[in-house]
Amino acid sequence: MTVSDIATVTQAPKQRRSFVKPSMRWPLGLLVAAVAFFLFYYFDTYFARAVPDQFSDFMHQWLPLLSVNEALVYVMCAVGLNVVVGYAGLLDLGFVAFWAIGGYTAGWLMSGFFHTLNFRFFGSAFTKVNEIPGIHINFWTVLVAAGLICALFGVIIGAPTLRLRSDYLALVTLGFGEITYEVFYNGNNVFGKNISNGTQGITPVDSVRFFGFDQTGALTWKDLGPFDALPKFVIFVGLAAIVMFASMRIREGRLGRAWLAIREDELAASSMGVPLMPTKLKAYAIGAVAGGIGGVAFAIHVSGVLPDRFRFDISITLLAMVVLGGMGNVWGVTIGALVLAWTNSTALPQVQKAITESGADVEVGTTLVVVGVALAVLGVVLMIRGVSGGLLPVFIGVLVVVIGGALLYKGPGTSFQFLVFGSVLVLMMLFRREGLIPEARTRLVLREQERTDAEGLGADMEDVAPELEALTDEAIHVGGVAPTQMIDGKETKR
Amino acid sequence: MTATVSTRTTAALTAESLTVRFGGLTAVNRISFDIPLGGIVSLIGPNGAGKTTFFNALTGLYHLAEGRVMLGDRNVTGLSPNKIANLGVARTFQNIRLFGLMTAEENVKVAMHGHMKSGVFSTILRMPWQRHEEKAAHDAALELLDFVGIGKTAGEYARNLSYGDQRRLEVARALALKPSVLLLDEPTAGMNPRESAIFTDFVHRVRDEKNVSILLIEHDMSVVMRVSERITVLDRGETIAEGGPADIKANERVIEAYLGKSGTEV
Repeated sequence: MTVSDIATVTQAPKQRRSFVKPSMRWPLGLLVAAVAFFLFYYFDTYFARAVPDQFSDFMHQWLPLLSVNEALVYVMCAVGLNVVVGYAGLLDLGFVAFWAIGGYTAGWLMSGFFHTLNFRFFGSAFTKVNEIPGIHINFWTVLVAAGLICALFGVIIGAPTLRLRSDYLALVTLGFGEITYEVFYNGNNVFGKNISNGTQGITPVDSVRFFGFDQTGALTWKDLGPFDALPKFVIFVGLAAIVMFASMRIREGRLGRAWLAIREDELAASSMGVPLMPTKLKAYAIGAVAGGIGGVAFAIHVSGVLPDRFRFDISITLLAMVVLGGMGNVWGVTIGALVLAWTNSTALPQVQKAITESGADVEVGTTLVVVGVALAVLGVVLMIRGVSGGLLPVFIGVLVVVIGGALLYKGPGTSFQFLVFGSVLVLMMLFRREGLIPEARTRLVLREQERTDAEGLGADMEDVAPELEALTDEAIHVGGVAPTQMIDGKETKR
Repeated sequence: MTATVSTRTTAALTAESLTVRFGGLTAVNRISFDIPLGGIVSLIGPNGAGKTTFFNALTGLYHLAEGRVMLGDRNVTGLSPNKIANLGVARTFQNIRLFGLMTAEENVKVAMHGHMKSGVFSTILRMPWQRHEEKAAHDAALELLDFVGIGKTAGEYARNLSYGDQRRLEVARALALKPSVLLLDEPTAGMNPRESAIFTDFVHRVRDEKNVSILLIEHDMSVVMRVSERITVLDRGETIAEGGPADIKANERVIEAYLGKSGTEV
């Protein structure tokens, strides 16, 4: 006791310095941010006088609740994609398909879409909903159902395709994503049957029964309407947390090790008893479950399902979130998803709006183009002179020219967004390939030299006993030292 | 010499007229071979003789054109590599194939995959049996790392280990399969003579303490002569000699095969 007491006392200052365990920093930090965000919008909505107007305006402009909710849906899907791409190393360019399937599962099971049926299971209790026929199943049950259906689709798609190597697999998943989109897009007439209402989509989707707030801000149990974004925020944070938690736990277990082993070296993994196909299929299925959960959440978020929300560019955005955030690291992927979703939905439109409102787009655009060209020229000169950092000014210059050009062009907002988005991606890949918050392993492979390579070279040079020499030598001295004697003569290791 | 009790046959692994073809090229031609229970046997031959191809055929990486492979009494011909591995045939690789970005301990644990049972849900919820299984795997992994002499490196990434330690880690990983047969593909490649000599003792210790029968592909003749109880010599996919170290040293065809090779090289 006394000895351990002394030990604790001497260690005390060290422990005090690290207030929070390192492994808990990310979850606690994100939790604090979520709680703060929740409190702000709670007081802003129900006790408007408690919040200064300017601060409130700022938040509504730059961090609107709806775009954060959407970002949380992206988090769920990106973390799911991370299982496939980051853990198991399988490139997937059609992940949005699972998002869509999850969304349409919600559409089918939580709306009046199947109007010839009338099935209810602890569904929404809105009086209106009670009058509409159709399938009205409870949100939480639909979450499970969507997860299962997506897992099933993951296996169906994965089984024939996962034998392919990376590039080919990427193409097949790309095709799968497009097929899913087309099926839902043209789903109003599939062999004479309507499965998705085609371009109109399925609206409205039933509301969720959950804790909400009445006009005075008091906690009630109610059906969440379109204006109850705050309770939905709580639900989405919970779902995202579950997805993140589950994926991290799986990573630490037996299956996660098998995924990493496959990512590292398929042949060695199979020679060590890891079955390749079942293990890859599990990655696909588990990733798909997260995609399905995201899909249902998205259907709740927009109170409907529309095929246009499941285009190919969402797959690419998700992949960019995984890569930018830091492949394999759930925290990195989460931050990547939040940042990119926010950039897309809020930051870029806000920047553009601000510039347009200032009425200076021609001046600003021209200045940006001039400055950008100057930077790029400077970079090229540096590169010609042999300075290694010359690439950075070139790319920043190009980026600035692109932004300036977009301002002069005054084109539609989206093209401007994707220009910036794409340029940021290129810059990231050039200067921080491992992502914002990389997994330690990824950083290792991209930033540190490999010991084996170097020592392999050295070992080759040291290898001074070619077989021929040894054999002829021994053949000449047949009957030299008997094998057993030599073994006995050696000092035993350890 | 301790032998596995459960099998009735005298050979731990038997290959019967094994043939592997790549297109029109016969890389391994009707080789029959067995590894006696508890024995240490070697496979030698000049480059391109088909040694590694033979290895890959035994472990299910290549499709056999002819012949069959028996593990004890069990026919394992045509099974997938992971099934053969889990049935008890472990191997190392000529050019080290560790999982570089996983720690030494994780590397060993990967090979325990087939012996572990916990599923996805018990892993997410950390059920007591899952935690128990993980703890057992952790202990077993550390014990194996200690056994091969690199216990201190358990937390290091495999790619950061020294060359010799990586070779040892490969053996530890293979042993985690609890194999009855251990196939070592050029385990002393890149080692200096002193390290090779230590390795010879190590092979004996593995055989004696882990109850495995060992097949060795080796280029370093001094190692082969010291460690093997029986040597099989391959040349151009065929067996040209078989016998004890002394027989092989005196065998005309063997010397010819090697000298013939030296004539074409350099």
